[in-house]
Amino acid sequence: MTPQAKHLEVILDTHVESVNLAEEMCLRVAEAIGFSEDECYRIGMSVREGVINAFHYGNQEKPDKKIHLAVDLTTEKMTIHVMDEGKGFRLEDVPDPLAEENLLSTSGRGIFLMRTFMDEFNVVPGKTGGAEIIMVKKIPPSNNGNHGSPTSDATPKQEA
Amino acid sequence: MASLFATCRQVGEVAIVDLSGRISLGEGSALLRKTVRDLVEAGQTRILLNLGDVNYIDSSGIGELVSGFTAVRNRSGELKLLNLTKKVNDLLQLTKLFTVFDVYSDEGTAIRSFR
Repeated sequence: MTPQAKHLEVILDTHVESVNLAEEMCLRVAEAIGFSEDECYRIGMSVREGVINAFHYGNQEKPDKKIHLAVDLTTEKMTIHVMDEGKGFRLEDVPDPLAEENLLSTSGRGIFLMRTFMDEFNVVPGKTGGAEIIMVKKIPPSNNGNHGSPTSDATPKQEA
Repeated sequence: MASLFATCRQVGEVAIVDLSGRISLGEGSALLRKTVRDLVEAGQTRILLNLGDVNYIDSSGIGELVSGFTAVRNRSGELKLLNLTKKVNDLLQLTKLFTVFDVYSDEGTAIRSFR
């Protein structure tokens, strides 16, 4: 980790309120970095969708399982990791929500939104046994070095 | 975070639901589901959702809009949308749901559009 790199991590209960909590936490970080209002919205939405995915599909809403959220900050980018304790999934198995036959589906748009709103997006097997969503938002050069405060409010490895 | 508020009013044969707040996983989506379901079960087949004060919607909320649309259509009815905010408008464009929903920016025009 470089001197300017920062890491924060929280373990969330598998609960609807964790979705809001994760979104709020990452929004605070994004705002402190100096992302624009639109970019903050996209980051917040992506975190929200990632945690919804972990809550609903990964952990299948089982309260004994946890959702692991981590944020890594460097001067170049904000990287967000969302890990669940489910069975994992492969991106290529996720149906395309824009396909004609899926337009009236009531679910399945979260991955698409994360892919659309973030600069980089991937899903890999997580160290928690389930899926790990990794998404990156690049920090505009004018904002580089402006992330001193966000982690000062966050307690590492806090149980929510 | 503020949740969702819904108020129903009747204009002719059209049930208009004025929504404000967030349509997102949890209370927001649940309230929208219950509101549309109650209207459908009451025999209402012309439903106009006024989203003018809805400032946020996530994939769960989008799913609930689609679910409501399908539920009303299965009763040979129509569910249409009115007054989309920019964020909701952009999301419906992005997800291609603009091709599914009838969307209006004027209430009178929306009401007259129901068959």
